[in-house]
Amino acid sequence: MPRMRMNQAIAQAIADEMRSDPTVVVFGEDVAEAGGPFKTTDGLLIEFGPNRVRDTPISEMGFLGAAVGAAATGLRPVVEIMFIEFLGVALDQLVTQGSKFRYLSAGKVTVPMTIRASVGAGLGFAAQHSQTLESWMLASPGLKVASASGAENAYGLLRSAIQDEDPVVFLEPRRLYAVRGDVKVGSNAAIPLGQARIVRSGEDVTIVAFGSTVRVAVDAAEQAEFSAEIIDLQTLVPWDRQAVLESVARTKRLVIVEENPYSFGWGTEIATKVASELFGDLEAPVLRVTTPDVPVPFGKALEERFLPSTSYLLAQTRYLLETGTLPRPWWEGGPT
Amino acid sequence: MRQLLTPSGDLVGEAPFGLDLCVRLYRAMVVARSYDRKCVALQKQGRLATYAPFEGQEAAQIGSAAALEPDDWMVATYRDAAAMWAQGYPMELLVAGRTGDERGGSPPDHVNVLPPSITVGGHMVHAVGLAWAERLQGSSRIAITYFGDGATSEGDFHEALNFAGVYGVGCVFFCQNNGWAISMPRSAQTASETIAQKAIAYGMPGVQVDGNDLFAVYEVTRQAVERARAGEGPTLIEAVTYRLGPHTTSDDPGRYRDAGEVEEWRRRDPLERVRIFLSERGRWDPEWQAEVEEKAAREVERAVELAESLPPPAPGDVFGGMFESPPRHLREQQATLELYRAAGEG
Ligand SMILES: Cc1ncc(C[n+]2csc(CCOP(=O)(O)OP(=O)(O)O)c2C)c(N)n1
Repeated sequence: MPRMRMNQAIAQAIADEMRSDPTVVVFGEDVAEAGGPFKTTDGLLIEFGPNRVRDTPISEMGFLGAAVGAAATGLRPVVEIMFIEFLGVALDQLVTQGSKFRYLSAGKVTVPMTIRASVGAGLGFAAQHSQTLESWMLASPGLKVASASGAENAYGLLRSAIQDEDPVVFLEPRRLYAVRGDVKVGSNAAIPLGQARIVRSGEDVTIVAFGSTVRVAVDAAEQAEFSAEIIDLQTLVPWDRQAVLESVARTKRLVIVEENPYSFGWGTEIATKVASELFGDLEAPVLRVTTPDVPVPFGKALEERFLPSTSYLLAQTRYLLETGTLPRPWWEGGPT
Repeated sequence: MRQLLTPSGDLVGEAPFGLDLCVRLYRAMVVARSYDRKCVALQKQGRLATYAPFEGQEAAQIGSAAALEPDDWMVATYRDAAAMWAQGYPMELLVAGRTGDERGGSPPDHVNVLPPSITVGGHMVHAVGLAWAERLQGSSRIAITYFGDGATSEGDFHEALNFAGVYGVGCVFFCQNNGWAISMPRSAQTASETIAQKAIAYGMPGVQVDGNDLFAVYEVTRQAVERARAGEGPTLIEAVTYRLGPHTTSDDPGRYRDAGEVEEWRRRDPLERVRIFLSERGRWDPEWQAEVEEKAAREVERAVELAESLPPPAPGDVFGGMFESPPRHLREQQATLELYRAAGEG
């Protein structure tokens, strides 16, 4: 298995899709000449030429809307939103237009496009370049939402996203772009959307993570004196209910670790499902480890405090296991 | 393209200001360049977050800001620290902002400058709203907004211009066409021959000016500002300039542009032609230059010291900045945190 950085795995997944499917085209800001601000499209222009790899003017609404149109003709556009925040400028095209065409045309007009976007904090990019914002998409029927949690699954998930017949939002945690991992490549390496990955088996507690928090959970499990099962959801819409329910039915305790505000984060959906289905089997309340309900702070020290860290997750989970009750979060003086 | 002072320092029209103001603005450009280079250096040392240098654009920013009244509104971008400073924004707060301290975003009350826009294009409409509201309230304050050539591709730009044109608001749209939007050259950004000509579609005057010419920038901005203040409506200015440095400290422009192009623009340095102009009129010599530079360096140094001496924010501060009256859940979160801190347990 080749070892590469996550941004290289992404570039390779796109390149391999472009090689096997001539309808795949790539466009976005600075993706061609410069190879992408995070180098996720490096080398594509040279190999595939300016008709299939194009820089666009700074017009997110324009190029996302054009991708919807291009997808309706049968092309498979892969568009890059440099920072998920810029999707705000183009949101109509995604949640109200592209995601609804199949439904509105009774299946005639389909939109097989992939929207890639960098997400998350940890690089000192301040409040307007550090959000995750996946909750914008989760309640917009017609969209699928997946996230890489490292080089290991970025390749396989992205290949599936591009092959999918419907619009898929593919999230890429910014702080993982430069992190290396062993990557399974080739046409058999596609990872089906909607399928979670048991990253590590364990018995005492199930920790469900997504995107940037998977690494945090794995690190915590490695340091822990208890045995934690780590599940990387990989896809939020649709999320793998079966994998989570089966695991929690065994461990009887669930911790969800999310890089997003406590209120209305995706973990509430998982928590509700598990608490309802496994009511009576659980030996502790469901614990959600998140950020507080505030914008991402700019300063390094505050940003570190803000993000769910390995030591914080460990302290919170330990408290849950030892007492069978919920710890308070750090901002209410809980264990850190 | 309007030009008054050629790159070799020849005056080809009437100077829009006297020698004293010219000297003041020259000094300001020296301070701006000193600030810019210092920030790049601080970033390399890890003392600042990512920084977007404006070297090469000093005349565009200092010349246009000089045409404003001190209480006019300014809505600018991440690359416009020189214009913001010239409009009264304390330099130490500009630096503090770049160290990652949100307090840098809060200038003194008399400074009518909004936090710089990080979203490309999202701020031009704010200038329209500011100018419109000032008019509604019977004030003669106007608003100026700064943006790049790339920003003119955003829908926001077109909506802002259209709105401003229809309402006839006192707003000056100041585009610094610095040739590049990260890796995209101006020629690939728009098929329009000039950015100034886009004004025609929105029923307002559009002026193209040599953005490295302090004199011409001041003159055309002054005219636009007067027009705005007189209730005659908005103007679009395209200042043709050049970004001599990288897009930000994390960009490598060698990947997409020619060193030759950069050299060519170095020869059109906005400071150099004013220096020649002053020198020919007996207002410049090397000793004076050294003194001006030293003073500038001291001013910048002082700002950095002030910014770095601010006590670091505490974790509880993240709850403080969101609402006039924080909702109950945030008040509780913050109060408990402080309680624990006070008890030495946080
Ligand atoms: C809505 C949005 N899209 C994209 C970006 C990423 N981005 C930041 S600066 C920039 C280039 C802007 O170019 P221009 O407007 O010409 O201004 P300059 O940076 O040259 O001063 C881009 C694409 C952003 N910040 N916001």
